[in-house]
Amino acid sequence: MELVTPEIGLVFWTTVSFLILFFLLAKFAWKPIMGAIDDRERSIEDALLKAAAAKDEMARLTNENESLLKDARAERDLILLEARKLKDHIVSEAKEAAQKEGARQIELARIEINNQKNIAMADVKNQVSALSIEIAEKILRKQFEDQGKQDALVADLLKEVKL
Amino acid sequence: MYFSHILKSKKIALSLVLGVFLTFCTCKTFAIQHEEGHNEAAKTETEKEFNPSEVILEHIADSHMWHLWGHTSVALPVILYTDKGLETFSADKFEHGHADHAGKYYTYRLVKDKVHIVAENDTLLSAATVLKLNKKLIDLSITRNVVSMWMSMILLLIIFLSVSAAYKKREGKAPKGLQSFMEPIIMFVRDDIARPNIGYKYQRFMPLLLTIFFFIWINNLIGLVPFFPGGANLTGNIAVTFVLAFITLIIVNVNGNKYYWKHIFAPDVPVWLYPIMWPVELVGIISKPFALMIRLFANITAGHIIVLSLISLIFVFKSAYVSVVSVPFVVFMDVLELLVAALQAFIFTLLTALFIGTAIEEHHH
Repeated sequence: MELVTPEIGLVFWTTVSFLILFFLLAKFAWKPIMGAIDDRERSIEDALLKAAAAKDEMARLTNENESLLKDARAERDLILLEARKLKDHIVSEAKEAAQKEGARQIELARIEINNQKNIAMADVKNQVSALSIEIAEKILRKQFEDQGKQDALVADLLKEVKL
Repeated sequence: MYFSHILKSKKIALSLVLGVFLTFCTCKTFAIQHEEGHNEAAKTETEKEFNPSEVILEHIADSHMWHLWGHTSVALPVILYTDKGLETFSADKFEHGHADHAGKYYTYRLVKDKVHIVAENDTLLSAATVLKLNKKLIDLSITRNVVSMWMSMILLLIIFLSVSAAYKKREGKAPKGLQSFMEPIIMFVRDDIARPNIGYKYQRFMPLLLTIFFFIWINNLIGLVPFFPGGANLTGNIAVTFVLAFITLIIVNVNGNKYYWKHIFAPDVPVWLYPIMWPVELVGIISKPFALMIRLFANITAGHIIVLSLISLIFVFKSAYVSVVSVPFVVFMDVLELLVAALQAFIFTLLTALFIGTAIEEHHH
């Protein structure tokens, strides 16, 4: 019977001690420990959520990149096509221009040749005339060696001049 | 419950071991009784008869002395609250119960490790007054259990304040050392005891549940150590389990919400049944913590009694050869008690959480 009869002294000391222990542990141990555990759990959860979000973002970015790449590729093809067209156009235009220029150059050359020919002809004419004059002069000089003949001619000429 | 298989297996194992042991024990007892009859005449008067129940009860009960080894024991302070005032002296004065101590107000004697007022040396006191005084005498001595409890509390404070400091120092980092050993246990109390039984309001009761859990566990473990600093049987003392159960009773009923009280005072039964229901429900309030008190006390005390009985067998038979049988059994029991120590702390905390949970549960009709 003694075994199952609570002793008042031990009840007293247990109550006092347990309450002190409870308040000490609650204030200085459980509160910071539970707080730290909760904080860490929350931060881990946050990190996991963030990682999941980052994964989604990553997938989204990859999709975006792919579509961008596709667009870029299409645009490149378009640009290349246009460039090729442009090239053809430019080449054909250049060819045309070259042909025109060639024709023009040929025309100019022909004109120049004509001019040169004319100049040369004129020169030849001049020289011929100069030679003719020289020959004529020489002939005349031969004819008018004596003064009498000269005077006769002048007189003749003067007679002919009617004022 | 997730742990029902442990309880079941423990019961099975225990009954198996006890069954085997008891069959063995009864045969031996018969044998020894038979022998005793023959030898009784040969016994000398000086040889003191070994009384196992006395020894066992002495070990289980509280004491004013703390036996360390051999003939060395520490005398603990005796604090008595009498009708004339407080009286303080060392338990040394009793000389192990062989001498009376004349205090300031009365003369005291140690009878079966209990302090009594005696009429000796004081002719003014009649036998009747002594009896009356003894009823008024309040023994607030610092006994073995009190000292053991204080040591366990210091240990708890050292452990958990250092763990708490570790959390502050290593904020946001993984736990390390003692901290990493304690954290899973704290998490266990939170995730397997508090949360499923109390619900989302569990946080308010965590300090109490953790304190109860670790207080019971560490004292169960210290109780298993047969010598200093163990040797006390704190959680196997009805006064201690009474206080713990009483705290549960207070916490549960202080936190009980209107649904809890409605269930007790206005249950969904015809009104004329109320006079029957009220006493039943009130008994229910008391019986829950009462069961807690008895369960812890009985489990721990039973374990100690079994271990001490097995050891006593050696002295009952007066043969060292019995130790070949009893020591392995004691080792087995100690290992089992190691499990029971944690299990009882768990059950006490679990049921406390469960009672709190039913008291604060919200019903949505």
